[in-house]
Amino acid sequence: MEGSPLSPDILFQIGPVPISRAVMTTWVIMALLGAGLAAAFRLVRSGGALATALEILVTTLADQIEDILGRDPRPFLPLLGSLFIFIVLANLAAVLPGATPPTGHIETPAALALIVFLSVHYFGIRAKGLREYLRHYLEPNPFLLPLNVLSELTRTFSLMIRLFGNMMSHEFVIAIVVLLAGLLLPIPFLLLGVLIGIIQAYIFTVLATVYIGAAVGAVDT
Amino acid sequence: MDNYLEIVSIIGAVVAVSFGAIMPAYSEGRAVAAAMEAIARQPEAAGTLSRTLFVGLAMIETMAIYCLVIALLLLYANPFTG
Repeated sequence: MEGSPLSPDILFQIGPVPISRAVMTTWVIMALLGAGLAAAFRLVRSGGALATALEILVTTLADQIEDILGRDPRPFLPLLGSLFIFIVLANLAAVLPGATPPTGHIETPAALALIVFLSVHYFGIRAKGLREYLRHYLEPNPFLLPLNVLSELTRTFSLMIRLFGNMMSHEFVIAIVVLLAGLLLPIPFLLLGVLIGIIQAYIFTVLATVYIGAAVGAVDT
Repeated sequence: MDNYLEIVSIIGAVVAVSFGAIMPAYSEGRAVAAAMEAIARQPEAAGTLSRTLFVGLAMIETMAIYCLVIALLLLYANPFTG
């Protein structure tokens, strides 16, 4: 096996910035989502079967979030829904030839986990007010403040490592299997990868929902 | 023996993965068994149970993934071997 699986393969450079295959895949996904969004606005206005399918997708996401939070999901739906859709597409890029799942490299999960980390505080402060929100770090006892802060940091870290580790190890397994037997053997592993990708996207979104729910005081952790 | 750091790293990676897989596998088995029992008793709660089960399994599996990441770091991005 040549090279490290942890190092990105560079496609080309824009000035001093090297553009890796994963970044290129991210851009393609972003372009697809942007085009999909533009088309969706027109579709929803005109109606039809596709618009109904989109509506089913959105209401399913909203129902899932409402099940966990037990309150109106609409303020949280844009963030959590786009997180889920982006991670699903990014994970499923593993089955396309020539594309690398961006979630299999540490930067993308780190950015996603950072978004979740910041939005937890945003929603928490917006729902409870700054003083009330900061007070929950002192519960149940002011002595537990360091532990509360530490758990906040480690859960963000584990959110990142979980997505990264799963996708990276899956990519790694595929590389090894292709090296051993190239023709038909990788197909079941690719199918397993589809399953793993969707489950990991689901878990990332559910955990983000639970963290936000805990911050706004809807869920006990 | 001037490459003993590599040898120790490989042994460390193997030990990390093999022992780091034992307890997560055991506890995942227990979690699935408990969920099965609960679903058999209350089939109408299967939706909630399986959602919680998946999240819990992901939590447990993270421990094994941590070990895997450490092992891969030792093998491919070892800070000491250069």
